[in-house]
Amino acid sequence: MHELLWLVPTLPLLGSVILMLGAGRLSIRAEAAAGALSVGFAAVIAFTIAGGFLLSPPAGAAYEQTLWRWFDVGGLSVTIGLRLDPLSLVMMLVITGVGFLIHLFATEFMEGEEGYGRFFAYLNLFVAAMLLLVLGDNFLTLYTGWEGVGLCSYLLIGFWWRDPANGLAARKAFIVTRIGDTALLIGLLLIASRLGTLNIAGAMHNAAQSWPAGSPLATLAAFLLLGGAVGKSAQLPLQTWLPDAMAGPTPVSALIHAATMVTAGVYLIARTHALFLLAPAAQYTVGGIGAATLLLAGFSALAQNDIKRILAYSTMSQIGYMFLALGVGAWGAAMFHLLTHAFFKALLFLSAGAVTMRLHHEQDIFKMGGLARRLPVAFWSFLIGSAALAALPLVTAGFYSKEAILSGAWADGSSGRVLWAAGVFGAFITGLYIFRAVFIAFFGEAHTEVSGRYGWRVILPLTVLSVLSVLGGLIELPPAFGHVTLLSNLLAPVLPATKEAASVVPLLVASLAGLLGIGLAAVLYWRPARPPAETPLWRFWHAAAGFDWLYGRLLVRPVLWAAREGADDVIDSVYDAIAWTARTLHEQVRRTQSGRVRFYTAGLAIGSISLIAIAMIR
Amino acid sequence: MNMLLILLLLIPAIGGVLAWLSGARHPDWPRWIAIFALAADLLLTLPLIGRAVMPGQSAWITSIDLPWIPQLGISFELNLDGLSLVLILLTIVLGLVSVVISWSEITERVGLFHANLLWATTGVIGVFLALDLFLFFFFWELMLVPMYFLIALWGHEHRFYAAIKFVIFTQGSSLLMLVAILALVFIHQRATGHLTFDYLALLGTKMSSATAFWLMLGFFIAFAVKLPAVPFHTWLPDAHTEAPTAGSVLLAGVLLKTGAYGLLRFVVPLFPAAAHEFAPVAMTLGVAGILYGALLAFGQNDMKRMIAYSSVSHMGFVLLGVFAWNTLALQGVVVQMLAHGVSTGALFILVGALQERIHTRDMRLMGGLWGAMPRLSGFGMIFAIASLGLPGLGNFIGEFLILLGSFRASVPFTVVASLGLVAGAAYALLLVQRAFHGRTTAQPGSAKPFDLTARHIAVMGGLVLAIIGLGLYPQPVFDQVAPGLAALQHEGTPPGNTPMEGQP
Amino acid sequence: MTAIPLDQGLGLAAALFALGLAGVLVRRNLLFMLMSLEVMLNAAGVAFVVAGARWAAADGQIMFILVLTFAASEVSVGLALILLMHRRNSTLDADASYHLRG
Repeated sequence: MHELLWLVPTLPLLGSVILMLGAGRLSIRAEAAAGALSVGFAAVIAFTIAGGFLLSPPAGAAYEQTLWRWFDVGGLSVTIGLRLDPLSLVMMLVITGVGFLIHLFATEFMEGEEGYGRFFAYLNLFVAAMLLLVLGDNFLTLYTGWEGVGLCSYLLIGFWWRDPANGLAARKAFIVTRIGDTALLIGLLLIASRLGTLNIAGAMHNAAQSWPAGSPLATLAAFLLLGGAVGKSAQLPLQTWLPDAMAGPTPVSALIHAATMVTAGVYLIARTHALFLLAPAAQYTVGGIGAATLLLAGFSALAQNDIKRILAYSTMSQIGYMFLALGVGAWGAAMFHLLTHAFFKALLFLSAGAVTMRLHHEQDIFKMGGLARRLPVAFWSFLIGSAALAALPLVTAGFYSKEAILSGAWADGSSGRVLWAAGVFGAFITGLYIFRAVFIAFFGEAHTEVSGRYGWRVILPLTVLSVLSVLGGLIELPPAFGHVTLLSNLLAPVLPATKEAASVVPLLVASLAGLLGIGLAAVLYWRPARPPAETPLWRFWHAAAGFDWLYGRLLVRPVLWAAREGADDVIDSVYDAIAWTARTLHEQVRRTQSGRVRFYTAGLAIGSISLIAIAMIR
Repeated sequence: MNMLLILLLLIPAIGGVLAWLSGARHPDWPRWIAIFALAADLLLTLPLIGRAVMPGQSAWITSIDLPWIPQLGISFELNLDGLSLVLILLTIVLGLVSVVISWSEITERVGLFHANLLWATTGVIGVFLALDLFLFFFFWELMLVPMYFLIALWGHEHRFYAAIKFVIFTQGSSLLMLVAILALVFIHQRATGHLTFDYLALLGTKMSSATAFWLMLGFFIAFAVKLPAVPFHTWLPDAHTEAPTAGSVLLAGVLLKTGAYGLLRFVVPLFPAAAHEFAPVAMTLGVAGILYGALLAFGQNDMKRMIAYSSVSHMGFVLLGVFAWNTLALQGVVVQMLAHGVSTGALFILVGALQERIHTRDMRLMGGLWGAMPRLSGFGMIFAIASLGLPGLGNFIGEFLILLGSFRASVPFTVVASLGLVAGAAYALLLVQRAFHGRTTAQPGSAKPFDLTARHIAVMGGLVLAIIGLGLYPQPVFDQVAPGLAALQHEGTPPGNTPMEGQP
Repeated sequence: MTAIPLDQGLGLAAALFALGLAGVLVRRNLLFMLMSLEVMLNAAGVAFVVAGARWAAADGQIMFILVLTFAASEVSVGLALILLMHRRNSTLDADASYHLRG
């Protein structure tokens, strides 16, 4: 079965090409089929391969497939090759599995939209690029996928292109992430020059051989890769694009800006953990960035009224948890949370989408209200997703994965304790902000009319994701609850083992924090309130601590000013000056050419006399 | 006697005369004559592909050397290596593309137009082939004249201004080159008593380092103007903007490459030590071009001007790569040239098609064109994305290898240059936004604009395949140019400096 | 017959030349300017003759004949031009015609 690995990214790509070439000629039904089934078949193949992989793991726990030699220049040989190991296996399953569910949802959600086929063409292209990202066996293939998903993200955020605001959000997303990507690219240059290969496994091996722990080069390389990761994963300081990215259709937000693409940074760091282990400074920074982002995003989520923006900040915050886990060396926990987060955040976005599609695309939670009775399917899905996000103890997947992270942080010495405290406080805020949304949107009085019914293509994905959000955590249980280690066993060949806290005290504290948040939300928002007063504090967090304002002043405005003022090309004015000088002199000299005979004669006479005079004097 | 290379030049030259003469009979005749002439050239060239790859052969695939003015040591010497070959292929293909896309745009003096187009092609092919410095200079001047007429006769509003600016810049700078050529020849004569313009004989001429520096500068300025490098670039936006579509395609796709070719073939190999000394300055100019071109592209309202400044930015990478002078960078330069020729040529074609339909190039008057012309907009999107260097498309390979090569030569330059990737994204996406996305504005042409016709779709489809092919499987290009580049590198590396190659 | 001293002869030539030049510069009537030109030519002729007499060489007189021929041909062309200009501008004012202005 392994030989079919190349089909997994190829099928969605094929779907995308068919949809692009057939634009305007295919029926809606055919477009939906091409869009969803191409990913569906890819998922089927992926799961079959996964079955084979689990039953009989290949030697070295990795299967490599070289497709073709990309280029071989000046001693640098790069192939386009795929590598399936437990890490990419997990990612591949998430991408194709969750991806297929979201595609299915989208076939109904997007019905009646202009550019139906275009939507699925982009979405399929995204899946293909994301698969290339996680399956690529070398940095350049990874980078190709990395840029490819960025492009698709851009295309899909700006999918409704008639509104310039969407275009602005799309460009912001692309350019901000590209700043990170450029750091990543410089990192690749460094790795290629110093380690002599772009093959990921080879480079990690060479790094461990030639760079001692804490060496400046290793640290520099790790920081450059981190730059790419924070851009793609919307972490500080490149986080500003994600909330605006919600301008795209909701399935896009679910797939790209929640479940898969934004976790690429986590994947990258986990993939190159060998390098980060050589660079403790970089690894501390990863944890610090994670903690800072999860708190900042948590507070910001509290000050949002748009349901998708709440979820966007919550995504940032949850990826902050994953970064925190990476920072304390809890590699497996980060991947575990990535997995469960993909389930429950996709569920949250899809159920939010299910809500808005019945409310004429109203996204303000204060204009919803009382939806629990009128939209039970959406309500229960959203509730399950929220419970998982808030890590409701024992019954949700989010609880176990967040627990693994916090336990890892607790076990990681004194600096880990600080991060642990931030994580626990974050858990409290998470419970507060998400149940604020639940109580305001789904309880109380109704504010907006509900219309239409759900088809099976909406209900099925919501159901499956709900089940996964509840049961998905059972693959990995802490020692206190039976100590199941399916995921860490699987990941053991590729990721170092995660330290775990020995005592149950931190576990209890963290659980309580989440419950406390939910309880506080119930107290504050049970009787759904009016929209919050716009205090300065609220405005500060509503604008996510003013990073947009800051970057606007520091970067965007100067560049725009320079581009506007310099549009006429200063350098050309040098040449214009030369031309002007010549022309001015010409004007002056031209005056003497008066056409008057007597003037010429006088000139002639004066000239001759002067010449004779000079000749005589000498 | 191997007449192949001479035929390569004669066919378009004579084709040009025939096209001119036949233009009076029917406007389609010159078009077909041009197509046949270029296709014949292409057929002649195709069998040469891959010939240099065989081991044990010299870098020269084929050559011819006829006496021309033996008293002055001038001969008619044409040599073809892999580098010349891929650039000639690019020239012929873009020439064909230019003919096809001018079918509906050029309706006046069709015969003369195609004659000029073919003669310009002849001049460019000659530049890529000539190895006698006198002959090289002859072709170098020859390609300017038809280009001048293409701009001045069939251009847009300010065509005379642009055409004259183009000629003054290129003529002025090539005079410096002429002086440098003569000085080099006389120095060589004084040293060896042998008067010759032969490139291969002049390689390795001994001279004082100060002399070498000034002569190198003479060559460098001529090529830097053509490339164009900041601060000699200002003729380019005007020429590009005012030229007819085919003129812009040839200018961007082919003529700029002669500058890069000159740097590769002449500046560094003839004056290795001086060029090595000069490298930091040249790389600074390259990096400045990358960023300055990108910034100005971002600020333009005229679509053609925007693409022209993006060319300045892309050619900055070429300058950076040439002076990094190692295999990775030089191979990157070659791919960058090809990819830029294709992607920028395609963008100019699209602007031309847009102008035919909505009669403006001003992006303030565009917006929301996706609704009316999805195909044109889709192609525009693809090439805008290629131009911002998306992996999988040709430009990325070029930029990546150039950056990788220059990283080995100088880390700071590379880091600053890579900021150009961010800037590239900014202007390319702005182009897409302002033209194709956003609110649909009232079009000046009242009739509903129509989408691309089959002829354009075929051309654009071919260019898309080319740019994807360059992006995903560039190895044949690398193999083709490798022997030639290795020979150049051998000549162009100053003694005492080992080339920065291989793995640590 | 005593020879005229060279100084005086050349003085006369210089005076004639200056008068002619002044005439060209001062008069605006083309006809008078032409006449003044003739005076200048004659001044040159006088200088030739005087010099020829001083060194007893025939060259001076030959040159004078050449000058006379010049003057004659110049007058014929000049008068024709003046006639045309008069027909065109209906004036003989030299300053009225400046069509060759740059």
